[in-house]
Amino acid sequence: MLVEPVQSALDPAGSGAEAILTLFWIFLGVSAVVWVLVVIALALAAARRRSRAERGAGPLAPAPRGEARARGVVGSAVAATGAVLITLTAFSYFTGKSLADAKADPTLTIEVTGHQWWWELRYDDPRPDMRFTTANEIHVPVGERVRLILTSNDVIHSFWVPSLAGKQDLIPGHDNEIVIEVAREGTYRGSCAEFCGLQHAHMGLTVIAEPRAAFDRWRAAQAAPAAPPQTEEAARGLAAFQQNACVLCHAIRGTGAGGMVAPDLTHVASRSTLAAGTLPFTRGALGAWIADPQAVKPGANMPRSELDPDELNAIIAYLEGLT
Amino acid sequence: MRAGLVLLGAGALLLGACEREQRDFGGDAAASAPNEQIALSTIAPGGAPPLVEITGRGEEYEGNAYQLSEGERLFHWFNCTGCHGNGGGGSGPPLIDSEWLYGSAIENIAASIREGRPNGMPSWRGRIPEEQIWQIAAYVRSMAGAVPDDAEPGRNDDMSGRPGENRMPPATPDAG
Amino acid sequence: MTDIAAPVKGQRDSGLDDATLHAALTRTWETPRGLYGFFATVDHKIIGRRFIVTAFVFLFLAGLAAMAMRYQLSRPENTAIGPDLYDQLFTMHGSTMMFLFAVPVMEAFAVYLVPLMVGTRNIAFPRLNAFSYWIYLSGGLMLWIAFLLNIGPDVGWFSYVPLAGPEFSPGKRADFWAQMITFTEVSALAIAVEIIVTVFKQRAPGMALDRIPIFVWAVLITSFVVLFAMPAVMLSSTTLILDRLVGTHFYNAAEGGDPVLWQHLFWFFGHPEVYIIFIPATGFISAIIPTFVRRPIFGYIALVLSLISIGILSFGLWVHHMFATGLPQLGQSFFTASSMLIAIPSGIQIFCWIATIWLGRPMWKTPLLFVAGFIVTFVIGGLTGVMVASVPIDLQVHDTYFVVAHFHYVLVGGAVFPLIGAVYYWFPKFTGRMLSERLGKWNFWLAVIGFNAAFFPMHFLGLMGMPRRVYTYPLGAGWGELNLFVGLAAAMLFASFAVFLWNVVASLKRGEVAGPNPWGGGTLEWATASPPPFYNFMRIPVVTHREPLWAETESLPVATGLRVDARELICGTVTDATPELRESSPENSIWPLLSAIAVGATFIGSIFTPWAVVWGAPPIAIGLIGWFWPKGTPEDEE
Repeated sequence: MLVEPVQSALDPAGSGAEAILTLFWIFLGVSAVVWVLVVIALALAAARRRSRAERGAGPLAPAPRGEARARGVVGSAVAATGAVLITLTAFSYFTGKSLADAKADPTLTIEVTGHQWWWELRYDDPRPDMRFTTANEIHVPVGERVRLILTSNDVIHSFWVPSLAGKQDLIPGHDNEIVIEVAREGTYRGSCAEFCGLQHAHMGLTVIAEPRAAFDRWRAAQAAPAAPPQTEEAARGLAAFQQNACVLCHAIRGTGAGGMVAPDLTHVASRSTLAAGTLPFTRGALGAWIADPQAVKPGANMPRSELDPDELNAIIAYLEGLT
Repeated sequence: MRAGLVLLGAGALLLGACEREQRDFGGDAAASAPNEQIALSTIAPGGAPPLVEITGRGEEYEGNAYQLSEGERLFHWFNCTGCHGNGGGGSGPPLIDSEWLYGSAIENIAASIREGRPNGMPSWRGRIPEEQIWQIAAYVRSMAGAVPDDAEPGRNDDMSGRPGENRMPPATPDAG
Repeated sequence: MTDIAAPVKGQRDSGLDDATLHAALTRTWETPRGLYGFFATVDHKIIGRRFIVTAFVFLFLAGLAAMAMRYQLSRPENTAIGPDLYDQLFTMHGSTMMFLFAVPVMEAFAVYLVPLMVGTRNIAFPRLNAFSYWIYLSGGLMLWIAFLLNIGPDVGWFSYVPLAGPEFSPGKRADFWAQMITFTEVSALAIAVEIIVTVFKQRAPGMALDRIPIFVWAVLITSFVVLFAMPAVMLSSTTLILDRLVGTHFYNAAEGGDPVLWQHLFWFFGHPEVYIIFIPATGFISAIIPTFVRRPIFGYIALVLSLISIGILSFGLWVHHMFATGLPQLGQSFFTASSMLIAIPSGIQIFCWIATIWLGRPMWKTPLLFVAGFIVTFVIGGLTGVMVASVPIDLQVHDTYFVVAHFHYVLVGGAVFPLIGAVYYWFPKFTGRMLSERLGKWNFWLAVIGFNAAFFPMHFLGLMGMPRRVYTYPLGAGWGELNLFVGLAAAMLFASFAVFLWNVVASLKRGEVAGPNPWGGGTLEWATASPPPFYNFMRIPVVTHREPLWAETESLPVATGLRVDARELICGTVTDATPELRESSPENSIWPLLSAIAVGATFIGSIFTPWAVVWGAPPIAIGLIGWFWPKGTPEDEE
């Protein structure tokens, strides 16, 4: 309404969302007409002028003409209802079919694994050195079909970027699939759409659609190992990272940090948000997040830090350099 | 009057909010280990037992279902299973039996995790925050059945090598 | 009042004058004052009233939870309520509304009204009726006490696994939810059985099946739906407790189970559940309209057939709650079609009601106002229901505020508005006093405006990307203004319920005294005093028409021959209600309460240990033995 809708089914940028919105307008139009007709019928029934004879009659007074007319009207209304429903069902079926047909020949496959409360993304590739894992922010090439294979590591989540497509659940033990095709460049926000615990509200994700060339550059950069620290403070930060609790959970490819249970931080500074869309990626937010994640996302799996201020600043400096 | 009594009763219930179910996020990083002093042995000269100072913090974790389940999560995440298996042991000693090399009290277990022990137990001080050390220690106690039954975790949503903690028979820990 | 001599054994009611008959029947059928009477009554009217009051208490509790939630959501990134408490609040709101309010209150009206409407003295299996109330009360108290003790469930009212499973829901919270299900479903099944038997076998002579009121048809069909649907949810809650307590793997994918199985089992019950709530509400509408337009309902046969088809079809829709789980597309399309199909019998009902209004002469009192509010509001919910029946649309709006708007429209518009109208309609019968019309109109307008203002914007919020069950939302999402507006409107809706409560409380003391038939209704419940005496009808009426009180303008024909010194009622054939035999009806008994305590303790104990079932069995056995111990009833001796 007042804010640019980057997260709205009413502002579609993907082929899936567009098809669904068109279907929705049809249903909405038909529904509005039906409702207005029902309200008019009720109003007419209420306001009909009753004759003196009618007003004086007892409750069981026969009204054969009125009843015959009512039978006719009700019968026609029922028939019309049936016809409308069949038509709407047909529209729905054909939209569903076109969405299913739009899944053929994807050019890119990404494995999405849901965790409490972040998204693990694994970009696959025939070349092993081009495979990488990242978190919470998906880049896709504009205009191409991208297949996302969805599963979960813990509870049921749901992948939903309303501007791009409908949702699909991430269910442990299942591999669901969704194909998105983004028609215009931009940044699109999504959320988890299946209640998954304490921080379901803060499990957002970002999809960035960019031209093929830019996408390829991004991908090559992501596949590369982490940038070495550029300043002395950042070097101290890397050392602090490896000597503290961080390494038990997080991985930074190219260093000794190989934790598997938390978001991959190899290129964390290339992402626009932190903590699955909860905070922007800025120095202050990063500091606040590391110092006390429980204040931002109570119940999240990241513990409060026991770092002293110098270590914290050094780690922030290092992480900011991981573009 | 009736309504007043009901409200009073409800208030009393609220105050006695169930300890087992409390969810505390973050805990207090300041309260910690260095204040605790545990003796590894029950023998001390002079006839009195050894000096032992404990904060009693550990008890909060043992009876709390949420902390125990966090401990279970971390037991797997931090690869305790790599040496201790699912509690049955491997290169490390089993944790589901009644034999405790370094004492079975939660403070002893937390100290083992924090300090490390000879023959392969790493020292996790600085790597695992205090709060999480207590959670893991509480979970280890639950593996031996030493925590209240209601708080014990159930089975994990994984392939099971053994029954969940709430179905395992309690081992009887040795004194100290 | 005549001095009562010791009753002659075997004395029948033929030939007795009214005063003697009243005295004798009161002595036989009364619930004595005092604690014993309170705990041991088997009078369906007392139990029905208790059920209604208890259900409304739960409505208010759940409404308070909702107001807390709306307060938290009134600003982006609000910190008033943290995630743990918020998750408990929305779970308690949903579970209380669905299991402790909506279904029980419909059953309660059925328990009170069905025996009166079919012309009998008590419901079938009266002690089971008492038992079902105590079980329901225990389950509700258990859940709310658990909530106050911080053991309230926090996984949503349908408790999906693996979130509600042993690994991700530590402690006993989810177990309390699952066991509350057991309590309320036992209660619902018991009442369903009683209603079916009462309607089939205890109707007044001459009340053939096509002469029973539509409300009775509605609760009869609902009872069959309950019989077939409740076992599915009892199965799911039992398997959930087994997974959590005992370590089975029903929902553990790693060991061969499947989280989606939970969804199938739950929704196989869950979809009929909403029709269990909705069908009796349509019965209310079909009862209110004829009285207030002073004309019999139009399309009796069509309405009955619609109700039957809704009951049957409701079992074929459940997958529409699972369209996002990755089920095969062809299968999903089938459920789109069946979900659309059920709109046809619902539509038939609405058209018949509007036709009845058109043919009749409306009296715009509060009950009829709520009927109009129902039609206007429920149709919106039904139409958004048609939208979410479509798989592609549902994939966008599932689990968002759009679907929250949809189901509140159908539940509040489709069940609560008829319910409030029903309270205004039957309050004089239950209590002997009229509710205030002035407050009724305030109630109505606050409710309709408040409800629509609160829930219509949620359609937009859902389409704009706001998911369900979030304790807060980002500032940049642009949802703040609408959420604030919704919160304020929700306060208006809450105010309408406050006005309702005030109306009820004030009218109990100071309402205008009501005679037997203040509205001029045509069905049998209006043939007796307000409130009805313990024995319902002095003599059992004989029915020759669908609206007996309109057909017989002088006085009702009656059947005589029942005993006055023992509790007796007439049982008849299923289709024509030709009297077959005099059936004795149980006296007041404390055993239902004792059995309910034993059963309740067993259920609660089994949250903590499977041995509770073993230890609980002997007390339950004792309770049941006491209950069924032969009492030397008249037919046993003859």
